[in-house]
Amino acid sequence: MPRRIVTIDGNEAAATIAYKMSEVIAIYPITPSTPMAEQCDAWAAVGKKNICGSVPIIQEMQSEAGAAAACHGALQTGAMTTSFTASQGLLLMIPSMFKIAGELTSAVFHITARTVATHALSIFGDHSDVMAVRSTGWALLFGNSVQEVMDFALIAQASTLEARVPFLNIMDGFRTSHEVMKIEELSDDDVRAMIDDELVRKHRARALSPDHPVVRGTAQNPDVFFQARETVNPFYAATPTIVQNAMNRFASLTGRQYHLFDYVGAPDAERVVVLMGSACETAQETAEYLAQQGEKVGMIKVRLYRPFDAEALVAAMPPTVKAVAVLDRTKEPGAAGEPLYQDVVTALAETVATGKAPFAAMPRVIGGRYGLSSKEFTPAMCKAVFDELTLKSPKNHFTVGITDDVTHTSLAYDPSFSTEPEDVVRAIFWGLGADGTVGANKNSVKIIGEETPNAAQGYFVYDSKKSGSVTTSHLRFGPRPIHSTYLINHANFVAIHQFGFVERYPVLESAVKGAVVLLNSPFPADEVWDKLPAEFQQQVLAKDLKLWTMDAYDVAKATGMGVRINTIMQTAFFAISGVLPRDEAIAQIKNAIKKTYGKRGEAVVQKNYAAVDAALEHLHEVKIPGREPGSLRMPPVVSPEAPEFVRTVTAQMIAGRGDSLPVSAMPVDGTFPTATTQWEKRNIALEVPVWEPDVCIQCGKCVLVCPHACIRSKVYDGALLADAPATFKSTAAKWRELADQKFTIQVAVEDCTGCTLCVEACPAKDKSQVGRKAINMAPQRPLRETEAANLEFFLGLPDMPKDNETLRFNTIKNIQLLRPLFEYSGACAGCGETPYVKLLTQLFGDRAIIANATGCSSIYGGNLPTTPYCVNKDGLGPAWNNSLFEDAAEFGLGFRLTLEQQAQYARLLVEQLRPALGDALADGLLTADQTTESGITAQRRRVAELQQKLAGSKDNAALELLSVAGALVKKSVWSLGGDGWAYDIGYGGLDHVFSTSHDVNLLVMDTEVYSNTGGQASKSTARGAVAKFAASGKPASKKDLGRMAMNYGSVYVASVALGANDAQTVRAFIEAESYPGPSLIIAYSHCISHGIDMAKGLNQQKLAVDSGAVLLYRYDPRLAAEGKSPLQIDSKPPSIPLSDFIYTENRYRMLQQADPATAARLLAAAQADVQARWQMYQHLAAAPVPGSA
Amino acid sequence: MDMTTTYMGLTLEHPVVPSASPLSKNLDGIRRLEDAGAPAVVMYSLFEEQIDAESHRLDHFLSYGEESFAEAISYFPDLGSYNVGPDAYLELIAAAKKSVSIPVIGSLNGVSRGGWTRYAKLIEDAGADALELNVYYIPTDPKLTAAEIERMYVEVLEDVKSGVKIPVAIKVGPFFSAFANTASALGEAGADGLVLFNRFYQPDFDLENLEVVPHLVLSDSDELRLPLRWTAILCGRIKPDIAITSGVHTGEDALKAMMAGAKIVQVASELLHNGLGRIQGIVGEMSTWMEEKEYESVAQMQGSMSQRNVAEPAAFERANYMKMLASWRPDPTGALI
Repeated sequence: MPRRIVTIDGNEAAATIAYKMSEVIAIYPITPSTPMAEQCDAWAAVGKKNICGSVPIIQEMQSEAGAAAACHGALQTGAMTTSFTASQGLLLMIPSMFKIAGELTSAVFHITARTVATHALSIFGDHSDVMAVRSTGWALLFGNSVQEVMDFALIAQASTLEARVPFLNIMDGFRTSHEVMKIEELSDDDVRAMIDDELVRKHRARALSPDHPVVRGTAQNPDVFFQARETVNPFYAATPTIVQNAMNRFASLTGRQYHLFDYVGAPDAERVVVLMGSACETAQETAEYLAQQGEKVGMIKVRLYRPFDAEALVAAMPPTVKAVAVLDRTKEPGAAGEPLYQDVVTALAETVATGKAPFAAMPRVIGGRYGLSSKEFTPAMCKAVFDELTLKSPKNHFTVGITDDVTHTSLAYDPSFSTEPEDVVRAIFWGLGADGTVGANKNSVKIIGEETPNAAQGYFVYDSKKSGSVTTSHLRFGPRPIHSTYLINHANFVAIHQFGFVERYPVLESAVKGAVVLLNSPFPADEVWDKLPAEFQQQVLAKDLKLWTMDAYDVAKATGMGVRINTIMQTAFFAISGVLPRDEAIAQIKNAIKKTYGKRGEAVVQKNYAAVDAALEHLHEVKIPGREPGSLRMPPVVSPEAPEFVRTVTAQMIAGRGDSLPVSAMPVDGTFPTATTQWEKRNIALEVPVWEPDVCIQCGKCVLVCPHACIRSKVYDGALLADAPATFKSTAAKWRELADQKFTIQVAVEDCTGCTLCVEACPAKDKSQVGRKAINMAPQRPLRETEAANLEFFLGLPDMPKDNETLRFNTIKNIQLLRPLFEYSGACAGCGETPYVKLLTQLFGDRAIIANATGCSSIYGGNLPTTPYCVNKDGLGPAWNNSLFEDAAEFGLGFRLTLEQQAQYARLLVEQLRPALGDALADGLLTADQTTESGITAQRRRVAELQQKLAGSKDNAALELLSVAGALVKKSVWSLGGDGWAYDIGYGGLDHVFSTSHDVNLLVMDTEVYSNTGGQASKSTARGAVAKFAASGKPASKKDLGRMAMNYGSVYVASVALGANDAQTVRAFIEAESYPGPSLIIAYSHCISHGIDMAKGLNQQKLAVDSGAVLLYRYDPRLAAEGKSPLQIDSKPPSIPLSDFIYTENRYRMLQQADPATAARLLAAAQADVQARWQMYQHLAAAPVPGSA
Repeated sequence: MDMTTTYMGLTLEHPVVPSASPLSKNLDGIRRLEDAGAPAVVMYSLFEEQIDAESHRLDHFLSYGEESFAEAISYFPDLGSYNVGPDAYLELIAAAKKSVSIPVIGSLNGVSRGGWTRYAKLIEDAGADALELNVYYIPTDPKLTAAEIERMYVEVLEDVKSGVKIPVAIKVGPFFSAFANTASALGEAGADGLVLFNRFYQPDFDLENLEVVPHLVLSDSDELRLPLRWTAILCGRIKPDIAITSGVHTGEDALKAMMAGAKIVQVASELLHNGLGRIQGIVGEMSTWMEEKEYESVAQMQGSMSQRNVAEPAAFERANYMKMLASWRPDPTGALI
């Protein structure tokens, strides 16, 4: 079977072999490994066969711990088994990994090495996860490129079967897992040639079976455990040779020869760098470049890190080596050095001591850290390491790639140093996620990779916002293999797909002299120059750049492409970059369109063809008029009014210059100020809501539903309008309690995402023109400055105090006058989760402590550069932390335990200090009724009085009381997360919190999938829905988490859906928070992963409830004491067939299209679920209350 | 009683044919229609606009949000194929042709000029015995003239006729200022059948929510009179066979249609309301009446009351209107009734 040339990423490369070689695959989503699992699930769904001719069983588990345990079981019963994971997921597998290795089990897991969360979470790549498992007994094999990942997947599989040592096939997260490369795909023949079937049968023969029973996994005592543990030594000793032999066999098949340690560079090198992972490619490029310049340098690629073969390492080194630098992509605080460094030092010391090294004297060895969390590792940095080795006293335990101005570990480097060959096309594309830039570029890499003899590489960078996210694509095409595993910083082509970027980002910084620049611009070629900021013009002039422009949005509009300008800009790229002859390029683009979109229907293909054909007519070269830049300047990144930290640190991150921040700029323990999103004015909405006071009925619904808190309302004294800007809108407030006051709804147009949820939610219509509501969309640009000024004035108006005596905050209308303490997050436009978070902060934000499970809510809640939780006028607001994915319930419980303990201690101290405090204050503090907002405010005043009275005291009890007095004021503890957390990985924690009596509020924002990782099925996914890992439609019904919690009888439980019944939602939040034990709110949240028009998200929620797919209820154990049923059903009997709801959502509809018979079967079952659930809940609600008559 | 009729060259056992409706959405439905005695079946319509919309919709939702966020490069699995496009429709025709013996008439509602011809050919290739073009167009552009619209109808028909060999009927609405002329032109353009009339679903207003809402109302016998009149007027004057498709619910309705000159009646509302048994029910009612009145065949009565054959041809023209006016009396209360 001939080998195909394919253009794929590292994940697909690993998954290809993993799938072929597996009978059982246990999976769980975690970035960046998730695509491997998704790919395997999708292949299985269409019946693709493995090398044995069967379809592997793909089983999603509840966590990586579960996946590893399922793998352990499958392996123990003889299946060829695999899994995929990274980071925290790998850490969760550790216990099972020890077992699998301890039992000498043949297995390969595929790992995208990713940073382990410490002071912060990072989804990006380094080796901190795989270094944490080096004691498990698994072999660790590193592939440095997409080709190597595929090759090593097979070599690992062949080796593990022979060695009986399990293997991790490791690639660098993102840099390799997501890099698209042209590679030679291994054929089934290659796989068969490498795998000895007899070894597979031996693996099966070792399996547990009652036909030949054995016991494995005994408990051993001190008498024999040690000896038994040492029995494995021969297996580990043999493994390096087994791997090398497999590499040799592989070389004879494919011509690609690998070694346990591969050396590249001058044969007489004196300075050698040792490292592993994708940075080896860059180090190779650098070493070869410098060696060609006559420098005596080389580098070692560590392939098999465990078992570590010291002799093989030194054998790979030239005998001329005098100095070695070992680079670790991990940090081990407090260690004598990072792991690879220590291993190399040990290896050199031992081999030199025993005379097995090729050099007589021990070379000088230094170690350093690089590339944590995908920090760039460039040839310039690598050269700095080589240069350091020339010094008499080189720095040891250095860092490279950052500026460490605290402990001064960092090496300086010259960023202008480049090894990029001239004949390589190096193109950067700046785009928006929504405009399709990345997808088109992936197609371009495929076109060039598969249709030309050129090597091709694509790497894609996304910012951390889920709406209006900026992407940069880095594409290289060249005549030789590409080893540049770093972002392009010397570009000969730069495309800017959004005109607004020219005033926000240094888009031309990486352009080399004479580079071609393609700019999507709404302005004609003869006008565009004057619209560009001087900073941009200066770059064009200084570097003699060739500027081309087109109005891609105009073309897109004319050809029905909407906002997707991908194929239009792609056509322009091919037309002016000269990578391919123009006609051939267009033919290939069309071919790619057919391949990509053909299955979506001919109309889509034709639309894209039309866009390609129209593109070239609109492409024009810009005549650069003069040599003097104009006066237009890039605006400041943040307002000069921003706090110093935001101006000096946050602003650098916002502007894309975070890499330049030194160590001293970073907080030491991951603690950051809140309320920073207000300074990041993203201006991403083309249209924004405009308030019409004459139509408005002041219901507050628009304010309630705005996912980004961009619509606010206030009632205030009309006298304050004296200083209002001229365009500030105001009308008489329609509150009986607030007569003679003014009312305003203000839009933060620079923060709005343009989702239009507010317009959809607005119930008020103009009686003379029903299409005009009280909120309507209008172009943002003309409103930007005036509305920014209006917002500033609005924010200066007094907020409605929560302890207001005249208003009760139990209705939407009233609550929406409260200041949200969660604003302008990076959530998706139209997000269904964030309105719940915002509501929580409006009601309880001033006293909330939030434990956030990892997921969407932790990303939009806490991903730098700016974070949305903010403070009220008194500086009070939510305190927030994200521990892990799985532990938010327990994490929150821990908060509560401390608060209870501290309150108890504080009360003790108050009694003790009664004489100093006075009886009135002491009694007030100890008997405070904090069931109302005014009660809480009063207690805050008492605590302030306490602090005042005790201030300056040297008495130990007073100092102690001062340190815990805050706990005397009621705090609201919330654990937040999605259904992946609550139904799956964190369920054990939730269940345990349910079983306690502690006051922890658990808010589950239920999107029915793992939204943050791209929509994988959870146990919340409804029957019949298509999700990743449930590509054939979820066969089982949704887990009834609420009922499980109700079983305790002591947990407050509510199921809410804001779009169906906002008043019930509010009631549930208030009741849950007031309940003195554990509370669970399951908040149905529409989501981008449902495949809906996000503007209609609230309507989708309503349909879900109307159909009975979602049941609204509240279960309040307090009611039982009153002799009432604790369960109150808040929704009406299903009034529409389930099909009327589900087939409005793509997640269901696509199954109906792809597999109508299965869809019909699952629909029937799901409809039956609805009826059964309704009847059961009716029964539960009507059940006699224990203890009542 | 000889109930046979011919329509576009197809010999049918009787003239009561199920029209394009959800009844022919799947093979079971088509089989049931045959079992219920349908002499032919007009398939539900293949809507080019709907195919395109499904395609765009699918593309939108599969693309929306993808490649925007590092942890979620996409939001849906790739299901391989989605059956968007005409394949399912064409497969149904092919399957129907294999499993029923009655003629299968495809129905097509196109949008683009290329679409009409492409899908017509595909329907023919799938094995349809004939094709009904379901032209559904609301001319809202004030600049568009009647002549331009009429020309568009003719062009669509000519395009389709030039691409297929099977008989082609065209189903139109009644809103033409010179319908006799239009019908004649369609005949000249090659129409083998003229189906009167397409019913446009009229939107309604929801006063509570101040919204325009779709409102589907099934036909009743009162609606027969408009196509009855035009059938009677056109019978014998134009080339195409005429089918009446609005308001046929009873044997009496069908008899009237035959007498006006229709070759078949197409029924849907009656079957949806009262079941498939109404096919034979209507035929039976016709047959009973014919026996009572000593008719020998359907052919005998077809066109017997067309404008050409009635004693008072003017009854179909202005006189009809005049008579209506003459029968009107002012309400004694002064209100107009």
